[in-house]
Amino acid sequence: MMTYPSALPDANHVELSFMDSRAKLLDVAAFLDRVQRFDQESDYRVKALKDAIAILQSETPDRAKRVLLHFSDMTEEPIPEAHTQGAAGAVDPTLVANQS
Amino acid sequence: MRYIEPHAHMVSRTTDDYQKLALAGCQAICEPAFWAGFDRSSSEGFYDYFRQITTYEPARAAKFCIQHYCWLCINPKEAEDLQLAKDVIDLIPEFLEKENVLGIGEIGLNKNSRNELAVLEQHIQVAADHDQLILVHTPHLEDKLKGTKLIVDALRNFSSVDPGRVIIDHVEEHTIQHVLDAGFWAGMTLYPESKCTPARAIDMLEVYSDENIWMNSACDWGVSDPLALPKAAQEMRRRGYGAEYIDKVVFQNPARFMSQSPRFKLDLG
Repeated sequence: MMTYPSALPDANHVELSFMDSRAKLLDVAAFLDRVQRFDQESDYRVKALKDAIAILQSETPDRAKRVLLHFSDMTEEPIPEAHTQGAAGAVDPTLVANQS
Repeated sequence: MRYIEPHAHMVSRTTDDYQKLALAGCQAICEPAFWAGFDRSSSEGFYDYFRQITTYEPARAAKFCIQHYCWLCINPKEAEDLQLAKDVIDLIPEFLEKENVLGIGEIGLNKNSRNELAVLEQHIQVAADHDQLILVHTPHLEDKLKGTKLIVDALRNFSSVDPGRVIIDHVEEHTIQHVLDAGFWAGMTLYPESKCTPARAIDMLEVYSDENIWMNSACDWGVSDPLALPKAAQEMRRRGYGAEYIDKVVFQNPARFMSQSPRFKLDLG
């Protein structure tokens, strides 16, 4: 894999970013605890998040890309009409089924 | 440090932000036409908005020695109404004569609908007819990948459009390669939750490319940070990048793209 620039600085990325990443992981863990306490785990977004976590355990350095792909609408045709303006962060399987 | 903020919606920011940007070293701001957070009721609303970003915002920026440039369009969130879109697009040529207008933007897609795509294509035609630069918004979140592919295909259908004069903004790790492989410029947006962090943006510079790419804050009426770019520069310093390389990314790259417009007059020395 090519990297740019040709001579990357030799930074200790664990020192730079471990604590921030640890905090973000705790936020995710606490979120999952919270939705479970309030019996909201059936929401499609929670399922999508839980499924995405498995990607983090892989060994190839494209986890961020694959997490984004996991949350993405993989259909290719334009929808007939936009009935909403916002995005949810994950694909609602009921909406995709209705557009087919 | 000097830098250019290539994408900021200053109509939705207070004058305090101009002061902060000036203190941080911002020399020029580029403001695409965007969604105001509500749907405008007529093309007259857009006419006044175009007046605001071609006349008032440059004056407000100039008080802090910042050059202000802008882009014109009807944004994709309001593009479902084809008649409104046509009326707004018909207004654009008049404003292309204004001295701070760099081109057509931020056009693009939102929910990836047929009407949005039709309006996108109408904008591309206007840009082609008037030899304008193009700045493109890619959809949010789960819609981004699909929208990016549709946008790239739509642009490719216009043989007169030079990809080197088009920047496709808000790329992330799953869309950046599509954009760069097609010969377009790519913009990385440092916006909370829905887009990139500085760390991820710098990762993409390292993994994909540092040519034909820029970073921006896209600060607007939402929770967003007009100083996202200087903070990304600080993250680059933490990683060991020197001043010269940082200048390339936050100043020279956007200047190189925008200098393709004869209206961009920033001193690049």
